Amino acid sequence: MTGESCGLFEYGHRACGGCAAAMAARTILDAAGKDTIIVSATGCMEVFSTPYPETAWKVPWIHSLFENNSAVASGIVASLKKQGRKEKVIALGGDGATFDIGILCLSGAFERGHDFVYICYDNEAYMNTGIQRSGATPYDASTTTSPAGKCSTGNRRPKKDLPMILAAHGAPYVATASVAYLPDLKKKVEKAIATEGPCYLQVHAPCCTGWGFEGEKTMTIGKLAIETGLWVNYEMEDGKVTRVKKVVRKPVEVYLKEQRRFRHLFKPKLNETEIAKIQAVADRNAERFGIDIKLKK
Amino acid sequence: MMEFMEGSHAVAHSVKHCRPEVIAAYPITPQTHIVEALAEMVANCHLDAEYITVESEFSALSACLGASAAGSRVYSATTSQGLALMFEVCFNCAGMRMPVVMSIVNRALGAPLSIWNDQQDSISLRDSGWLQFYAEDNQEAADLHYLAYKVAEDRNVLLPAFVCFDGFILSHTYEPVDMLTQEQADSYLPRYTPVQRLDSTDPISFGLFASPDYYMEFRYQIDQAVKGAAKTIAMAGREFGEMFGRDYSNLVESYRLDDADCAIVAMGSICGTVKDAIDEMRKDGKKVGLLRLRSFRPFPNKEVRSALSGVNCVAVLDKNISLGTKGAVALEVRDALYGQQVPVLDYIIALGGRDVRKKDIRAVVDMAGQGKGDLFHGLRQELVS
Ligand SMILES: Cc1ncc(C[n+]2csc(CCOP(=O)(O)OP(=O)(O)O)c2C)c(N)n1
Ligand SMILES: [Mg+2]
Repeated sequence: MTGESCGLFEYGHRACGGCAAAMAARTILDAAGKDTIIVSATGCMEVFSTPYPETAWKVPWIHSLFENNSAVASGIVASLKKQGRKEKVIALGGDGATFDIGILCLSGAFERGHDFVYICYDNEAYMNTGIQRSGATPYDASTTTSPAGKCSTGNRRPKKDLPMILAAHGAPYVATASVAYLPDLKKKVEKAIATEGPCYLQVHAPCCTGWGFEGEKTMTIGKLAIETGLWVNYEMEDGKVTRVKKVVRKPVEVYLKEQRRFRHLFKPKLNETEIAKIQAVADRNAERFGIDIKLKK
Repeated sequence: MMEFMEGSHAVAHSVKHCRPEVIAAYPITPQTHIVEALAEMVANCHLDAEYITVESEFSALSACLGASAAGSRVYSATTSQGLALMFEVCFNCAGMRMPVVMSIVNRALGAPLSIWNDQQDSISLRDSGWLQFYAEDNQEAADLHYLAYKVAEDRNVLLPAFVCFDGFILSHTYEPVDMLTQEQADSYLPRYTPVQRLDSTDPISFGLFASPDYYMEFRYQIDQAVKGAAKTIAMAGREFGEMFGRDYSNLVESYRLDDADCAIVAMGSICGTVKDAIDEMRKDGKKVGLLRLRSFRPFPNKEVRSALSGVNCVAVLDKNISLGTKGAVALEVRDALYGQQVPVLDYIIALGGRDVRKKDIRAVVDMAGQGKGDLFHGLRQELVS
């Protein structure tokens, strides 16, 4: 997919088979290379990669807390600058760390303009603590704190638009990517690193355990998210959308029905009203980003 | 050189002399004058440091942790609500053995909101693994920063340290302070060389998670390091004394204790008032002395025990309260004296900036003589009865 991995994130981690976050980590380091310092937030990635006394990281790596990776990264960037060192700094966080509890530190670091890359691997819930909803959980997804039930169709709110929030901070480069398109992710990481100032990447990372699908389907699910328009891969430079992945769109059902978190929309009976609302989310995305490829008849 | 300086400015100058490479702090009364002074030094190239204007105290200490891990000497300052917001990072810094030095300009914790002095803020972090030093006056507040870096960065210690001094009472008060020159400071405190750092030529992982098979040993080692710091403090304090004439080798200071019947135990600026009151009481024939704790972490168990072995009563002045029990200093002094017969009485005093005068100290000593204690002293009875 991305050619031979340079193996800076490899052996010893305990991620689930088919874990998208682990694939993302490997690709990120393939792009970044060995002169990189990784600042992780508490979450699946940190826990599965560093059970003391083992580590899967062959680059300098630090984890402090759940919500402070951007602030820790700020300090590292300042220290490197003072020392005249040239290592790149990448902060890695799950969607919970990024969208929710760490947004204060993230906003502060972006506003101050530190030269670092923040990468959110977005598996759309707090997976490490048992699949609770986050600000990145999509509309109607059933999680353990937004369970579908007799009077609930799952998560009540659509996903927070964090890339736009960070673009509004004046970030020179903001992009979304997906583990279903690793070469694209790799290119975006390279671009983010090459861009001076705080850059943000949000990587769709389907979670077999949390979303409810077989581990071998991670790539398929990731592709379907893009093909339905529920996830859009785009790049923003200096606040303007400059590149978008276009698709021949499929109806959202093909994505939803593959995942346990949306099962309540199909069983015991088809919930057309709710599925229509999710289709509307995809339609809005399509219009906003112009993702539809018009087929010539 | 003797200079007439505000406490905050004396501290800021000491900090400058310590050559921090990264500073991250967030303003809060009564800490502001320190961080403003440092910002001005950086702005005028008098101090060559990266100054990160963070958006919160939580980020301030997190940034210090990151910079420390990357190999820089770091500095922050805070108080009260700011320190409370740092709680989680405080435990983390100590656990990750980052020698961060932070000034704590002691202030009460809300609610009710109060900007005035007591020592509840730093005392509440007593279990975090930070060393805690308490200054009596501005001279000591300034000097203890050199000592704090020297001890914190020592390879046998590698722990973060608070230098605590009372908000307003010291921070905003002008006193003559004998400031070191940069050359003197450099000769005492060498440039920082980290034991380990984030470095791509020698990659290591910091901050792993530990299963029950490993966690306890980490905590044990931190505890050993805090306790063991006493030895390093003694050495660094003696060296400071030899070089500049002010000896900080002892974790405690005894004042007229040798023949005392009653000993007062206290920390910080209140000790100035206590010493004056003791001089007066001595004139009246009352044999009173003071044991001042300069270090609260490590807690000077041995020193407390030996200093208080001859007295008949101990009156502890606590500018803090562990709500539902007693003041923290009294609890620990009692623990240090376990097995001895001497009664230890606790007086919660001066919370939220309530003024303390010599007559209050006399009153406490009188009560202690009658065996009356473990109470709040100085309450407005009409408001609580
Ligand atoms: C201050 C704090 N609150 C809560 C937690 C518990 N916690 C640890 S990881 C986590 C969820 C992580 O979610 P996310 O950032 O999405 O990462 P994921 O596990 O999904 O990869 C939570 C709630 C914590 N460690 N610290
Ligand atoms: Mg998540």
